[in-house]
Amino acid sequence: MALGLPMETLLNLAIWLPLVAAAVIVLWPGDVERTARWIAAVSAGIVLALALILAASFDGSVAGPQFATRIPWIAQLGVSYAVGLDGLSLPMFVLNALLVLLAVFISWNTKLRAREYFALVMVLGAAVSGVFASLDFFLFFLFWELELAPMFLLIGIWGSDRREYAAMKFILYTVVGSAFMLVAILVLYIAAPVRSFDMVYLAQVAPQYAAPLQAVTWLLFFIAFAVKTPIFPFHTWLPDAHTEAPTAISVLLAGVLLKLGAYGLLRANLGMLPDATRQFAAALAVLAVINILYGALVAMMQTDLKRVIANSSISHMGYVVLGASALTPIAIQGAVFQMFTHGTITALLFMAVGLIYDRTHTREISAMGGLAGRMPVIATISVVGGLASLGLPGLSGFVSEFLVFTGSFPVWGAATVLGIFAIVITAGYILWLVERVFFGPERPRWIHVGDASRLETTTVGILVAVIVIVGVFPSILGDIIIPGIAPIATRYGL
Amino acid sequence: MSQVAWIIPAAPLVAFLAIAFGARRSPVASGWLTILGVLVATVVSFVVLGEALAGVRVDQTYAWLPVPSGPAFPLGFQVDPLTATMLIVVSTVSLLVQIYSVGYMHGDAGYARYFGFMALFTMSMLGLVLANNLLAIYIFWELVGLCSYLLIGHWHERPEAAQAAKKAFIVTRLGDFGFLVGIVFLFAQTGTLQVSALANLAASGGLVDPALTVGILLVFAGAVGKSAQFPLHVWLPDAMEGPTPVSALIHAATMVAAGVYLMARTFPILEHSPTALTVVATVGAFTALFMATMGLVSTDIKRVLAYSTASQLGYMMLGIGAGAMAAGMFHLVNHAFFKALLFLCAGSIIHLVNTNDLFEMGGLRRWRPVTFVAMTVAALSLAGIPPLSGFWSKDEILGAAAGVHPVLYLAALVTGFLTAFYMFRAVFLAFAGTSRGDAHAHAEPASMTIPLLALLVPTVVSGFWGAPFLGNPFGAFLEGYGEGHGLAATFHFDVAALSTLLGVGGVLLAWAMYGGGNLHRGRAVAARVRPLYEIVANRYYVDHVYNWVAGRLVLGIAWLASQFDQTVVDGVVNGIGTVGVASGATLRRVQSGQVQLYAWVLFAGVVAIAVALVLPMLTGGRV
Repeated sequence: MALGLPMETLLNLAIWLPLVAAAVIVLWPGDVERTARWIAAVSAGIVLALALILAASFDGSVAGPQFATRIPWIAQLGVSYAVGLDGLSLPMFVLNALLVLLAVFISWNTKLRAREYFALVMVLGAAVSGVFASLDFFLFFLFWELELAPMFLLIGIWGSDRREYAAMKFILYTVVGSAFMLVAILVLYIAAPVRSFDMVYLAQVAPQYAAPLQAVTWLLFFIAFAVKTPIFPFHTWLPDAHTEAPTAISVLLAGVLLKLGAYGLLRANLGMLPDATRQFAAALAVLAVINILYGALVAMMQTDLKRVIANSSISHMGYVVLGASALTPIAIQGAVFQMFTHGTITALLFMAVGLIYDRTHTREISAMGGLAGRMPVIATISVVGGLASLGLPGLSGFVSEFLVFTGSFPVWGAATVLGIFAIVITAGYILWLVERVFFGPERPRWIHVGDASRLETTTVGILVAVIVIVGVFPSILGDIIIPGIAPIATRYGL
Repeated sequence: MSQVAWIIPAAPLVAFLAIAFGARRSPVASGWLTILGVLVATVVSFVVLGEALAGVRVDQTYAWLPVPSGPAFPLGFQVDPLTATMLIVVSTVSLLVQIYSVGYMHGDAGYARYFGFMALFTMSMLGLVLANNLLAIYIFWELVGLCSYLLIGHWHERPEAAQAAKKAFIVTRLGDFGFLVGIVFLFAQTGTLQVSALANLAASGGLVDPALTVGILLVFAGAVGKSAQFPLHVWLPDAMEGPTPVSALIHAATMVAAGVYLMARTFPILEHSPTALTVVATVGAFTALFMATMGLVSTDIKRVLAYSTASQLGYMMLGIGAGAMAAGMFHLVNHAFFKALLFLCAGSIIHLVNTNDLFEMGGLRRWRPVTFVAMTVAALSLAGIPPLSGFWSKDEILGAAAGVHPVLYLAALVTGFLTAFYMFRAVFLAFAGTSRGDAHAHAEPASMTIPLLALLVPTVVSGFWGAPFLGNPFGAFLEGYGEGHGLAATFHFDVAALSTLLGVGGVLLAWAMYGGGNLHRGRAVAARVRPLYEIVANRYYVDHVYNWVAGRLVLGIAWLASQFDQTVVDGVVNGIGTVGVASGATLRRVQSGQVQLYAWVLFAGVVAIAVALVLPMLTGGRV
């Protein structure tokens, strides 16, 4: 009980309130251009408060999902409306709530079709939180699909020059991925002794499926989630989508949408198909290392600021995959930790890029230089984001990388050493970028640009605070994640 | 007090936070906050040293990072002779450097930022010294590296400073890659990162070769980067782009010595691997000689000191590798004081003449008599002239090296001669003769003179802490860390005499060549050995190799990767798109109105499906 309401009611409220807000924004009579952002902000603020209450009341000693609601829905098909959170989904749920609120703040001055814009951001936030909270695969799939349309529109309408190409590429990739996922879900469903989409139930019965069936299902799921995460070679939609999307959407895309893929990989592949996972683990480790090194090298050569960050996301999501491939408890904990920390760090970096772009109207790195003098606050938060990204201790990225490395090394020694080597490459491209953008003599061209506003400073300051707090006190997050990954980790008997 | 030794790093941390969250608006307040924070750390450090001398030992551990299986990764601190000694070195040098900075950085646009980062550095360095496990050491290790980056790049609008900062971070990170692999490796082997636990395992046979040697050498890779040992030495000379007090504190006295401290801290593990000891000693001896030769030809006073620092750190590594851990640490202590003094003296004359170029100085003894005396005494100490501090620790290292291998001993002796020569070459070029540049008298603030005088005291006396005729109290203090051959207490009269003679010889040779303050003798010698001179002056072309690797090789591979990404991976996808879904041309030529229409239809479809599915739920689960 909190606020006089049962906890599961709060969870449902947190999922559905943004859709109500979206409806209110769309149906609001008269001029809504200024009201829309306030409705969105209030709704997102309430959702974040609810998510934090849920996190605070989370009981780490209980196995399985908490705050659960289960209502039979299409009984004949074994479909139910079932939502709840465990230690795996709760951090992502909170992260999503946080980033949606910050995304509203960072797009506060959106003038172009503000009504639709904020309504779509609300729908997007609801869809993502719905995916994380779903305990029923049918519902999971619905929310997964619900997220596509607003994202397509947000890139396609509010994006920059090549927005249509990027939006189309995004939708084609993910729709194809979804098709594979739908088949995989149906295979799980049909092979089950009792026809049910209940994910807790399926996680119990699927490990008993015959090995070939597991392998096929695993690969189907893998394609869907590899596109989303993204995993090489399914990644090329990402730099385009990130680069063309408006700042707030890049933040959400990198911050939480990529995590849907990694979450699916942990929840479905690792959590339900252990035999197939063992079979494919080595391949997964190889792909992880490719992601890490290849993403970093490609990032190094980019001339567009946003593409650097986009490719760095590919590299850093590789650590999630590496952790998942090792199947030790510490490595899996590291993977989940990295999902959260990458969500905050990359969100910070995209916000920083957005702030720079708003002032210089360019993303060309070569056009910049010496900006630190004119925008010390933006320079500071960018450097903090960069340092977090290159795994500086004291900031959250180090904790997750350290967990992934210590957890993976006993299983995949060579792959882990290559992954650790990436900290040198990452330091290289991040610090080179910082140097070219902020350091050196001031350019006359940028003599009139200003620094971040108070709202902007507060918005990014919140992310910096989260990154520092988790980096210094990692048990805040660890105490939630550890019980969450226990059911998965125990499958692999380590 | 030792029970709450965490106060020592906490005090400068508070200063940093206060500056970051408000005080930075007042530069004067920022400076004082840092001085106050470091002063508190210094006072507590002295109390802790007193307790450690009285036999107090503390080892505290706190759970930090929980994991699903087994105990959480802990953080913790210890107070033992090694830590207590380093606390004094770090806090006192930092305090004096902060006071000096008030005058040196006066009027600088980034004054508050400078002091904020100095406080953060002092916190991190003190934390590193207190840390009792490898993970905690690594955390602070990276933080001091960050502060080094930020302070080298203090004048970031200068491209050289920005590049030097980046280079320092990336080159040391190459070493840290090894260090981190070492940590992960040792944890996989033993399940612990506590230095004391690892030491026990090494002593009891729980950690044996090859794992022991591999693990400790990986840790040593971190030390090679941090302490600018060959082949990761290239960042340190460039780091002189930072303000001179930064060079004194970070790139001479403390952070660069962290690598030596790390090998001393892990000595109880290291000493069980003869292979690793040999590697450490060899790298140290080679670096000592190699860097000393570069000091012979540099005309930049700060670079001369930087080469000297790397060379002296090599000396310390040689001592530890030769099994004389206490000797290496003893030299670290003495060196920290006299090298900080040398850098602050350099800052004093750079402040006067506005150049680093020794060839544009000359005759400066008239303008800066105090600096002249202080620098001469410090240089004599560095040259190993008795009874100054450098003499005592250098002798211990030489004695240990002589006992291990004649080549190491010879390298160390030659280094001693070269050191005396290049140091007095610099002193004579700066102070002797008449001015070759445009020096004009302007008074030096007291805040800059007082630290020079204060540092003179340890430069003269700190050596007596380990002097054999007093029974080597320093060696006795450190005794028992490791299995006992950490001491080189016996005084070798022949070694001392030989090294002193070589030191005096180096000074005299420098006098003969540069004593009158003219340059033509030096130039004549250089002309006679032109090819050799060119090689040394170009730093043996090691930087060229690095530039080729970073600029051509790495960027070349990155270019290939990005071309592959664009043309092959993305190309295939676009190709499939062209064939299977729609033509690529259409994809790009779609009218915006059509795309939006398509999207809205898609969206409406999803909503319609959702509504259709929600309706049955509202009617009670019946279709």
